[in-house]
Amino acid sequence: MSATAAESQAESPLKPPLKSRPRPRARTRRRRDPSSHVVLVAFIVLAVVMLLPFVIVVFNALKTPDEYGANGALAPPEGLHLQGLKDFWERVDFGRKLVNSIIISGSVAVLAVILSVLNSYALGIGRIKGRLWILVLLLMANTLPQEALVYPLYYLSKQLGLYDTRLSVIIVFAVIQSAFGTYLLSSVLSAFPRPLLEAARIDGASKWQVLWRIVVPVTRPTLAVLLVFFFIWTWNEFLIPLVFLISNDNQTVSVALGVLQGQRLMDATMSSASALLGILPTLIFFLIFQRTLTRGLTAGAIK
Amino acid sequence: MTRPASTKPPSQTPGPAGGGGAAPAAAPGGTRPWRSDRAAYLLYLLPGLLLFIGVIVVPFLMNVGTSFTEWSGVGAPTWVGVDNYKTLLADAEFWASFRHNVALIVAMAIIPTAIGLVLAAALTDFIGKNFGARTASVLRACVYLPQLLPVVIAGIVWSWILAPDEGAVNELLAAVGLDSLAHDWLGDPKTAMAGVMVVMVWIQVGFPLVIFMSGLQRVDPSLYEAAEIDGASWWRRFRHITIPQIRPEIFVCLLWCTIASLKAFAPIYVLTKGGPGGATNVPSYFSYQNFFDKTDVGYGSAIATVLTTIIVALTVVFLRVQSKNLEEQ
Repeated sequence: MSATAAESQAESPLKPPLKSRPRPRARTRRRRDPSSHVVLVAFIVLAVVMLLPFVIVVFNALKTPDEYGANGALAPPEGLHLQGLKDFWERVDFGRKLVNSIIISGSVAVLAVILSVLNSYALGIGRIKGRLWILVLLLMANTLPQEALVYPLYYLSKQLGLYDTRLSVIIVFAVIQSAFGTYLLSSVLSAFPRPLLEAARIDGASKWQVLWRIVVPVTRPTLAVLLVFFFIWTWNEFLIPLVFLISNDNQTVSVALGVLQGQRLMDATMSSASALLGILPTLIFFLIFQRTLTRGLTAGAIK
Repeated sequence: MTRPASTKPPSQTPGPAGGGGAAPAAAPGGTRPWRSDRAAYLLYLLPGLLLFIGVIVVPFLMNVGTSFTEWSGVGAPTWVGVDNYKTLLADAEFWASFRHNVALIVAMAIIPTAIGLVLAAALTDFIGKNFGARTASVLRACVYLPQLLPVVIAGIVWSWILAPDEGAVNELLAAVGLDSLAHDWLGDPKTAMAGVMVVMVWIQVGFPLVIFMSGLQRVDPSLYEAAEIDGASWWRRFRHITIPQIRPEIFVCLLWCTIASLKAFAPIYVLTKGGPGGATNVPSYFSYQNFFDKTDVGYGSAIATVLTTIIVALTVVFLRVQSKNLEEQ
């Protein structure tokens, strides 16, 4: 996590005076040119290798099974054959899985941000007693393996009649994500400009008003980053949704595709269709949230 | 304030700066009234705290409790004391699952960190300087992309690429005339773990790269310039400047990746289901098997508890070193 600190530091300080730089750099640049081209080529090869699985998936998702049989996995498709994707979509009722994933991830993101804000308002600004211990506890909760919670949660949800409902998964992840959110936000808020709070109080604002009219608007950028990450993290979750969502109608994208894969019933074009449909939402998020993601990349990558 | 989420907080909290000491200094006149109504803030903590207790604390304690019982999940559990733990210590399958997890630590922490270091330094030194920051960030994004994918989807992609018949890897081998090497990569106990490891390296390598590249921005360029004038080769600068300078990042990265590898359930579930013949079973999947396949809940809980203990111990080490780093800064 200190990497995150490092990044923020890197922005402000230590830019050496420009004057001292150009000369040695210009010289090394000329000297280094050939070797840096070698490095560039090596990196392009690496990038291709990293992207190759994606390319193969796209190729084969667009082939007919016959074409696959005739030309094999590595040949590019002869045309845009979308039937395989369409069949797979209908077979797993993919639209419904998408809706489930969106409902679950969206609700978790919103609820977890609200919980994080409330908690860290008390911890970071209210500075209530024992907050350090609470924060350590939250950090522990963050690293806790879900395997140590999953069976009791499964049992309790059955007792409460919440088993196999999207609500149960939403509650569980809202709490799990807010443990991280509180941890992060508390320290952001403990550095909150006090004069701003004092001024509001003198003007007669209640705590509730201070929270919603001052703290939340000022920290909006942070909250936006948290919202995006909670959404994506929840989208990517597997174990708890796998255990909780057994009926077809409630499953998320990851669970539906994972279970299908586990049954080993798919042929090659079908599994690449399923992989492509699984990849697409992530790519879409990446394009939509690119800026937020790069901004919070180091914070997010931590999970 | 555009990147508050990625700024100091996590590292700061356990350290002195996150503590209460700073408050009175910041607002000398206004400290008292704030302190006196601190209790009122408890109200804001209440919903979060109750949910936290209900969803994390209670289930966790239940799990620890169950680990001392024999229970099939139905009816009343029977208290058996530490029997489960005794069985565990003598269970070859359990020890094997830990050995496999060591392999996963190699694949998810050690190899990606090593590769990530070299890549980050090379991207910063060669690509960033000679071909522009844009080129560097595009290449970084290519390497990072698998990190964004749900692990399950990554697993589906690969289990098909590594499939025995018609899998892409085998076809590639055939295409270059190495048919003899074609193989049921994930289905053969001898190669299954190696196959899983390759997949995990592919998934994981972008994480250290990103962490280290941002760490490198912090390093004072004059250090490199001085070394360069002294005629130090790239490799020597890498070893004597880059690595020592971003040591905190290296440590954090290794530790986080190790913790992540101890929790690697999804990739095992989709790639191999712990098989063939337990050749790729890891504690996390082993506990799941006991919970839901063998309905030996007590034993599964014991495995999960051991796993938790290891992870918590690693977290404590992490916190300690982290606050030590802060003091040194």
